[in-house]
Amino acid sequence: MPGPVAVRLTVNGTPREGRCEPRKLLVDFLREDLGLTGTHVGCEHGICGACTILVNGEAARSCIMLAVQAEGSEIVTVEGLARDGRLHPLQEAFREHHGLQCGFCTPGMLLAALDFLRMHPDPTESQIREGLSAVLCRCTGYQGIVNAVKAAAPVLRGG
Amino acid sequence: MKPPRFEYHAPATTEEALGLLAGYGGEAKVLAGGQSLMPLLNFRLVRPAALIDLNRIAALAYIREVDGQVRFGAMTRQRTVEFSPVVRQRLPLLTEATRWVGHLPIRTRGTIGGSIAHADPAAEYPAVLAALDGEVVARSARGERTLRSSDLFQTYLTTTLEPDEILTEVRLPAMPAGAGYAFEEFARRHGDFAIVGIAALIVLEGRRVVRARLATAGAHPVPCRLRAAEEILERDGLNEEAIAAAAARAGELVEPDSDIHASADYRRHLTGVLTARALKRARAGAGER
Amino acid sequence: MSAATTKWVGRPVRRVEDTRLLTGRGTFIDDHPPTSGVHHAAIVRSPHAHARILGYDVAAALAMEGVVGVITGEDVAKSTRPFAVGVTAPVRYYCAATDKARFVGEPVAVVVARDRYLAEDAAEVVTVRYEPLPVVTDPERALESDAPVLHEAVGTNLAGHRRLVYGDPDQAFGEADVVIRERFRFPKYGSTPIETYGIIARWDPLEGVLTVWSNFMGPFIMHPLTARVLGLPENKLRFIVPPDIGGSFGIKTSIYPYIALVGLAAMKTGVAVKWIEDRREHLLASSSGTDRIAERELAARRDGTVLGMRFKWLDNVGGYIRSPEPGCSFRPTGNFVGPYGFQHLEVDASVVMTNKSLTGPNRGYACGHLYFETEGMMDRLAERLGLDPAEVRRRNLLRPEQMPYRTPTGGLYDSGDYPAAFDRALQLAGYTDLRRRQARARAEGRSFGIGIALAVDPSVSNMGYVATALDPQFRAKPEYLPKSGAVEAATLKIDPLGRVTAILATTPQGQGHQTIVAQIVADELGLVPDDVTVVDEMDTFTRVWSISSGTYSSRFGSVGTSAVALAARKLKRKLCEYAAHLMDVPADQVEFRQGAVRRTSGQGPAYSVKDLAGRGHWHTDSLPAGMEPGLQVTAVFGFSVAKAVDAEDRVNSSNTYGFIAEVMAVEVDPETAAISILEYVTVHDAGTIINPMIAEGQIYGGALHGLGGALYEELLYDESGQLLTATFMDYLVPTATEAPVIKIAHVVSPSPLTPLGSKGLGESSSMTVPAVIANAVSDALAPLGVRITELPITPDRLWRLIRQAKKPK
Repeated sequence: MPGPVAVRLTVNGTPREGRCEPRKLLVDFLREDLGLTGTHVGCEHGICGACTILVNGEAARSCIMLAVQAEGSEIVTVEGLARDGRLHPLQEAFREHHGLQCGFCTPGMLLAALDFLRMHPDPTESQIREGLSAVLCRCTGYQGIVNAVKAAAPVLRGG
Repeated sequence: MKPPRFEYHAPATTEEALGLLAGYGGEAKVLAGGQSLMPLLNFRLVRPAALIDLNRIAALAYIREVDGQVRFGAMTRQRTVEFSPVVRQRLPLLTEATRWVGHLPIRTRGTIGGSIAHADPAAEYPAVLAALDGEVVARSARGERTLRSSDLFQTYLTTTLEPDEILTEVRLPAMPAGAGYAFEEFARRHGDFAIVGIAALIVLEGRRVVRARLATAGAHPVPCRLRAAEEILERDGLNEEAIAAAAARAGELVEPDSDIHASADYRRHLTGVLTARALKRARAGAGER
Repeated sequence: MSAATTKWVGRPVRRVEDTRLLTGRGTFIDDHPPTSGVHHAAIVRSPHAHARILGYDVAAALAMEGVVGVITGEDVAKSTRPFAVGVTAPVRYYCAATDKARFVGEPVAVVVARDRYLAEDAAEVVTVRYEPLPVVTDPERALESDAPVLHEAVGTNLAGHRRLVYGDPDQAFGEADVVIRERFRFPKYGSTPIETYGIIARWDPLEGVLTVWSNFMGPFIMHPLTARVLGLPENKLRFIVPPDIGGSFGIKTSIYPYIALVGLAAMKTGVAVKWIEDRREHLLASSSGTDRIAERELAARRDGTVLGMRFKWLDNVGGYIRSPEPGCSFRPTGNFVGPYGFQHLEVDASVVMTNKSLTGPNRGYACGHLYFETEGMMDRLAERLGLDPAEVRRRNLLRPEQMPYRTPTGGLYDSGDYPAAFDRALQLAGYTDLRRRQARARAEGRSFGIGIALAVDPSVSNMGYVATALDPQFRAKPEYLPKSGAVEAATLKIDPLGRVTAILATTPQGQGHQTIVAQIVADELGLVPDDVTVVDEMDTFTRVWSISSGTYSSRFGSVGTSAVALAARKLKRKLCEYAAHLMDVPADQVEFRQGAVRRTSGQGPAYSVKDLAGRGHWHTDSLPAGMEPGLQVTAVFGFSVAKAVDAEDRVNSSNTYGFIAEVMAVEVDPETAAISILEYVTVHDAGTIINPMIAEGQIYGGALHGLGGALYEELLYDESGQLLTATFMDYLVPTATEAPVIKIAHVVSPSPLTPLGSKGLGESSSMTVPAVIANAVSDALAPLGVRITELPITPDRLWRLIRQAKKPK
């Protein structure tokens, strides 16, 4: 049987490493081996998007990636968004527009939205909805999230 | 829902990958973007002895224009396709179809080769491959061959790729300038696999349709070229009657199955409806370039 | 409180919970091990819908590296008792299958290993020998004499049956000008929070204490139920709920059998055991609402006055009946008549067991079913009489001067102006204009429809309602212990530095209790919300809680906030007494004003909360004689209107009752049968709104749950009892693209029963959307004669209805 392998990667700007079985899912590696429990597990088959993180700057599902596949990559998780004790403008917008209730989908929602806004800096509402359809939320009916992303777009464009 | 144990290889070259694949004699699975295979592993619905991960093979990710074709390395991400200026210019039908593939975070990892090799009959890329008369390159340690869509897809989730073969390249002929096109899809939710999707391509000379191409997603065990419907258009042009006749014919050409999302009758019906819609949109856009 | 004193209540105060949740620092059950040496469980589940269990072979699993133990149904049968159930039928419901498996996904064994990967490996090699038995999934078929029987000891699949008669329905139907009959089917769907169930159990054998951390939303009555099953005294079973729960919407009330199972695994293996339910398990075997077949009859006068109704229900509770079922039938007893004034009602409720997964509270518990049927009947009445559906409803609505209103079924509607709220909805939707648009659309051959749905929105269940399931003769027996009540507790304390801490007995799952409590306390004590720290982590060993404590049935906005307000007022009284003593004036000459105790009139010193806190803690000799030291109070709020069900089956099944009025306009694509929502208006009366931002968040979320059940979500089974929608590829949760834009308005009729005038609204539009969308689609297709009587309205189903209607008959 295959033994543990080393995984070295950069998470939120910090080099990290660990050892795990090749079958270990990236989300489990982040949560269990690196202690970054902000990334959540919701379905383990790539649909709900709660586990969405940035891999080399692009949003991806960490429940359908193996930890070994992240070797050498740059990962951003929800823990990496706030800087110097200040919320990221997108986080700020979620708070302002009630874009979260239980907060469980929120980490994935934030990172999917961030990637979406990078690719669509000046989106229409229907583009926002299409972009956010990548992550399931059961609390908000999405309205607060749509409003938050709409409000954050000009701020992110400006900064 | 954790994957079973497997051996894991991440070769750096295609040759290395082919050698490993041959060595497992059909017991290994090739891992491309993983957006279908990883869920199957997590559900333990597949349990390969080994995974041969193509994600480290840089030479398999490219978009090149060669001899009137656009060639895609199999590991080219759907996301790269989506935002590629070359694709937008030469294969706008593919750009449009890509937006129907899952969601952006899925397209970040998902690849053009993986989607085609997986041969989900409801997926968008196989339909585009069929509509555009494209071909794929399959390589093994034994050599290389090219296959057209009709030679590749056998039935649900099944292709004619041999156990030791890897789909390495997708070749799509550039769409003629001014070609009309549309990818119409009906799904229960945005981002779902199609209940039915129709890829349409129309090339006009004056009012004459010199080439009509129609292919389905979701309506048939494999992507289905609607040749008899195409012929109606190539014969009668793109007037309302011809579109209606082609749409009606389209519905007769497919043999859908029923599942929990849609009955066979409804899929057959949608095939006609979406064919007409795709043709009208293709007609509206034709000659624009 | 008057507007002058409410600085924070009523404002959309930003949530204190958000910062931690936005930065990945929430504490959910799966996040941090609360104890050391945690091992992981994987549950072996029945692949059969109905099968006798012949034996187990666990040797191969036990031999695997990292495996510490396997628990099977034999252990469950030997070491636990069945759960008490809410009916008299002898249903033996254990925390795992013992003799037979009765639905696909029923737990049959538990493997405990070093990590979840190993546990799943080992679970695969546990062999269970089954003898498959005939399967029944349809509740009508289940009641046929030759149907397979799930529980031999019961002898039938009927878990319970009640015929409830209020007024004189036979006379009402005899006198009616029109009688309308319709059959409805409501689908089985769940809440599907994005966080699944999670449990960590640790057994301390020397103390005999089982500690269970879980994302349970009780303790509720399930704490004693579980203690009894495990043979533990209640004071040896400790439930702890982490600060954050990733959504529930009712479903997490039903985690308790797993608490027993994982608890047993911890007791048997001697290690701390963690189980995080995966998504497949959640869809297969967590909980859902019932699928129901309903036969409805309505009797009315020619002018549209409804005289009476008859309900005949078959509620499918799955393989066993799990408490608090049969709430599926009886939870809305007090509001069976909805917002209408009719007096005569017959309810024939059958609770049926079939080979499907088990049911329980799901957002809107039983009310989505109720109003789907009732509002469908109101539209049919309008159609029959050639009246506008709005007009028919208006003629039957209860009037504000009738409030408080005692319903014929025993409910006590505490307040409301239903016609005003309904008018507000019609006006906001531009109803008259919508009807004009419809006429134009129809003239063009388009299918444009307008739906209306009205509902009484019950909050804070009275525990007593469950007894409606029992015969009055049974309830009359001297040994029967009547049940009633809806109680919540809150503690407030002021530390020596003047910081106020509020400690709750609630278990929020995203409703922002910390924010709302800080608002209430800030207003009551003249502080700012930042001065108030709110603790809402349930721990049955340390919190003050009641048998009905927990966060379910929209309790918090009504009973939870009331306990907090009472506690603050109690604390304020103490501060006033203390300050009066310091000022050397009688207590009735001081008052709490602008954050300090001051003389009611004239000049004099003022004592701020901080000042009194410092003195009170540092200098107890300054307290008046006889005053208990310490600046802390606990208040327990209970509703006096929560009574036990009476001999005529009347019960005030909830305690506060809000109102919902909705209007929706849709267009149906005649080719694809796709439904587009063009307008959707919802008006709510939930009494005083404490935080409109949070309240509206609940409405948006509730509406989307309703939309899911109406159009997308179904736990669909084939005839062999296999679940066909066991993944998120097939169980379709609506995304942002499917979510409608909603116009929301509030009408405020404060409750006379709560100190703040507030009511609950957490379930909100989940109970009206199935009705309003079905009515709108029916209206769109009325020219074809298509009537929606079954959900979800999938495009395929709707297309077939349209095609059938178009066929020449």
